Amino acid sequence: MENIQRQFEQVFGTDWGLMLFTLTSNLVLIFAIVVPLLLCVAYLTFAERKIIAYMQIRVGPNRVTFFGIPWLRGWGQPIADAVKAIMKEIVIPSGANKMLFVLAPILTIMPALAAWAVIPFSPELVLADINAGLLYILAMTSMGIYGIIIAGWASNSKYAFLGAMRSAAQVVSYELAMGFALVCVLMMSQSLNIGDIVNGQQGDSLLNWYLIPLFPMFLVYLISGVAETNRAPFDVAEGESEIVAGFHVDYSGMAFTVFFLAEYSNMILVATLTSIMFLGGWLPPLDIAPFTLIPGFIWLLLKIAFILFFFLWFRATFPRYRYDQIMRLGWKVFIPITLVWIVVLGLIMQLPESIRNLPLLNIWF
Amino acid sequence: MSFQDVIFYIFSAILIASAVGVITVRNPVYSALLLVLAFITCAGLWLLLEAEFLAITLVLVYVGAVMVLFLFVVMMLDINLDRLREGFWKWFPFGAMIALIMVGEISMVLMGKYFGIEEMPAPAPHDVDYSNTRELGRLIYTEYVYAFELAAVLLLVAMVAAIALTLRHREDKKSPDPSKQIQVKKEDRLRIVTIPSEKKKQ
Repeated sequence: MENIQRQFEQVFGTDWGLMLFTLTSNLVLIFAIVVPLLLCVAYLTFAERKIIAYMQIRVGPNRVTFFGIPWLRGWGQPIADAVKAIMKEIVIPSGANKMLFVLAPILTIMPALAAWAVIPFSPELVLADINAGLLYILAMTSMGIYGIIIAGWASNSKYAFLGAMRSAAQVVSYELAMGFALVCVLMMSQSLNIGDIVNGQQGDSLLNWYLIPLFPMFLVYLISGVAETNRAPFDVAEGESEIVAGFHVDYSGMAFTVFFLAEYSNMILVATLTSIMFLGGWLPPLDIAPFTLIPGFIWLLLKIAFILFFFLWFRATFPRYRYDQIMRLGWKVFIPITLVWIVVLGLIMQLPESIRNLPLLNIWF
Repeated sequence: MSFQDVIFYIFSAILIASAVGVITVRNPVYSALLLVLAFITCAGLWLLLEAEFLAITLVLVYVGAVMVLFLFVVMMLDINLDRLREGFWKWFPFGAMIALIMVGEISMVLMGKYFGIEEMPAPAPHDVDYSNTRELGRLIYTEYVYAFELAAVLLLVAMVAAIALTLRHREDKKSPDPSKQIQVKKEDRLRIVTIPSEKKKQ
């Protein structure tokens, strides 16, 4: 790496060489994150169809395979779907606002991918190790809503517009509860840096994870995450029986697929954040030999897969919420819970040293 | 010209162009979106000044929340631009006068001796451990705690006032109450009746 950097500096001068080197190396790293992520998204759709199928006593996709290998039946399905989506025509409705119609999917996927920049996959493996990492993630995820609103408005269709309005109100409401839940994590770790948040959960066992002192916040965060990604049982934004498919009714082919990719990569992002904030990120559950031998990256992946399974399980299990029930849950249940918990946590942290050193309490405070 | 200068000029150009666009574009939705672009480029400029907390908060608060609601309202309202433009020339002298006064005031402040490039140089680069967020938090909650609390109370009062102005209790409304609905027990709604099964006729 240093040799390449020196060559850049020789060709372009010290200042520009360094900047151009950073730019190129970062571009390579971005590809190294985004390409596996998109593969994960493709196979998450496959996992979703298979898991929900088995929960409903069906088989799910079992046709498309690679090179006719029988035990891979079904595993070619996401690839086949992607090829189909790429081949399809992108229809732009004649009454639509063409520029914004094309811009909307881009505005949806951009923040969904950009938020991954600060996620640490293991202690050393992080693209941007910035001090305000948590704030950056909050800012990026809050920008995803523009794509949805613009898509609904630019399609010039009542169904799309209604879907966009519902989705926007829902996301804005649940963002508050999510933010407050993260404030609690922030108070425990005393840092906005995501690497520091994971290191703050280091200890002998999984008792040290923030899952236990912040259990209500874990639930609030997970449920708000489901609502934030417009997934069932909070998927009123695309209620098939009322407003056809919500904000992306008029999108077809690759433009629709981009919305789809953004939704699923947001799901993986929420699962990753939950595992980092509450389940100790790359830390093993017990700090003894068989567990510590497995690399941290694998632990993080296992935790992400565990949370993602919950997302799919919710979808197969719960009936959909009505719109006013969703709003009630967000504003009248979650936000008061989080506000109270912030005060309680602050009081515990201000207790005298002697009380905080009592067994159990001394693990976290 | 260094790399940072190039980025600064690009961001400034986008910022000025989008800010001009906000007030000249005819479609109010475009104008709201251009304001979003202006906020984001402004956050980029602040990042160059090492004010990462302020920059990210600008995106989080203004782009992520305030402008979403703005866009919401602008899209829902069917604004008739022709009617809005009707009184333009009538009010133009008045508006121009206010604009001139504002330009004069701002330039009096900015052209004073306290705002030269020597008086306000770019901030000295800090080392890696320096956290802008921590420093801001320390200042807000120690030195400026009264001002901060006052501002918070002011916002709270405004919020309570806005809610109080729009809150109406109507007795005759038919909408369901979710908290009553989820407290319903099985016994209130459901009556299990045992019916003797019919005998099959031979």
